[in-house]
Amino acid sequence: MGDLLWILVSAMLVSNFTLSLFLGLCPFMGVSARVETALRMGMANIFVLVITSMCAWVLNTYVLPYAPYLRLISFIVVIASLVQIVEMAIRKISPTLFRELGIFLPLITTNCAILGFAIFQTNRGYGFLEGLTFAVGAGLGLTLALVLMASIRETSELSSVPAMARNMGLVLIIAGSLSLAFMGFAGLFST
Amino acid sequence: MRATTPAEDLVRGIWKENPVLVQLLGLCPALAVTNTVANSIAMGLATFFVLVGSSFLVSTFKKVIPHEVRISAYILIIATFVTIADLVLAAVVPLIHKELGAFIALIVVNCMILGRQEAFASKRPIGRALLDAVGTGMGFMIAMLMMGTFREVLGNGSILGVPLFGDNFEPWVIFILPPGGFLTLGFILLSFGWWQERKAGTSKIRQWPHGVATPSREEAA
Repeated sequence: MGDLLWILVSAMLVSNFTLSLFLGLCPFMGVSARVETALRMGMANIFVLVITSMCAWVLNTYVLPYAPYLRLISFIVVIASLVQIVEMAIRKISPTLFRELGIFLPLITTNCAILGFAIFQTNRGYGFLEGLTFAVGAGLGLTLALVLMASIRETSELSSVPAMARNMGLVLIIAGSLSLAFMGFAGLFST
Repeated sequence: MRATTPAEDLVRGIWKENPVLVQLLGLCPALAVTNTVANSIAMGLATFFVLVGSSFLVSTFKKVIPHEVRISAYILIIATFVTIADLVLAAVVPLIHKELGAFIALIVVNCMILGRQEAFASKRPIGRALLDAVGTGMGFMIAMLMMGTFREVLGNGSILGVPLFGDNFEPWVIFILPPGGFLTLGFILLSFGWWQERKAGTSKIRQWPHGVATPSREEAA
């Protein structure tokens, strides 16, 4: 139980996917202009990560021991197709949920956070339950980073920013400061 | 699309439409592995190889690949080249391969590579696609080198592991840690912005008194 908690908190805060591993930067830069969109994007991310975790576990346990060099290709193909199937199922079963998350799902599938997650899970040798916890932690971490970024950007839109910082430069500097702040969590587990 | 000359195809990606510094594509590797010059070079070369190889294949097979499944086909082609690059790096430079870790595999989802296939290689003859891939790959390598040099010199006081300054230099460790990646690219983009402002002329800036409505993005650009 303690191990699972450690995995959850460490994936969420200590080694945050976006701010300390640089995974999932595309949505972090692209969809972080409004808090509401950022929150939905984060939810969709958690959803896809959980699916990915299960896929990767099944592949690692039953298929890849026989053909390790196919790891990368099979991860991409299986995850992409499963997300597509789940997306169709959601559209059929719950149109409300689909409106909330739907448009983000295909975008997320080819995101480096997803593939990176699958590879990390494999490299660390997580079991099924550990993998699921890792997925939820990583997803929460992504959501947290997205929402923080979006709130700061919403505020900074109303302030008078120097003209030279009006491209993405400002966003990157903010991201740098956030990342600096998250480094403070590194001391959370000293053992 | 406007017709372009072969020279334009080659040069465009290197500076004017640099994938990292101008288009902000392929940020994950550009920020994550540029903490030393050696890592940046290895990553730049691997990405260059994957980009050129997959542009060649995509352009060769553009008539054969059905339109509906083209993205999956591109990803499969890219993943094949990434697997090759991964195995080659593991065999030739095992230490660097270990340090780059998962980021070699993550070249697959580098949006820069997929973007070039979709926007260029799938529509143009093989020669042009190769030129474009070489140019974009060079641009990526230049950006990686810039970031890598900046970060290693400031964060570690060395280039390629060779110390530059004497013992009195206190390294600015933050630049080889994760925040340094964001800050370095942020500073580079800010200086680009500043430079463009300068080029646009200072007269325009003087016309904006403080507190008055700021100009729109189009004007600033």
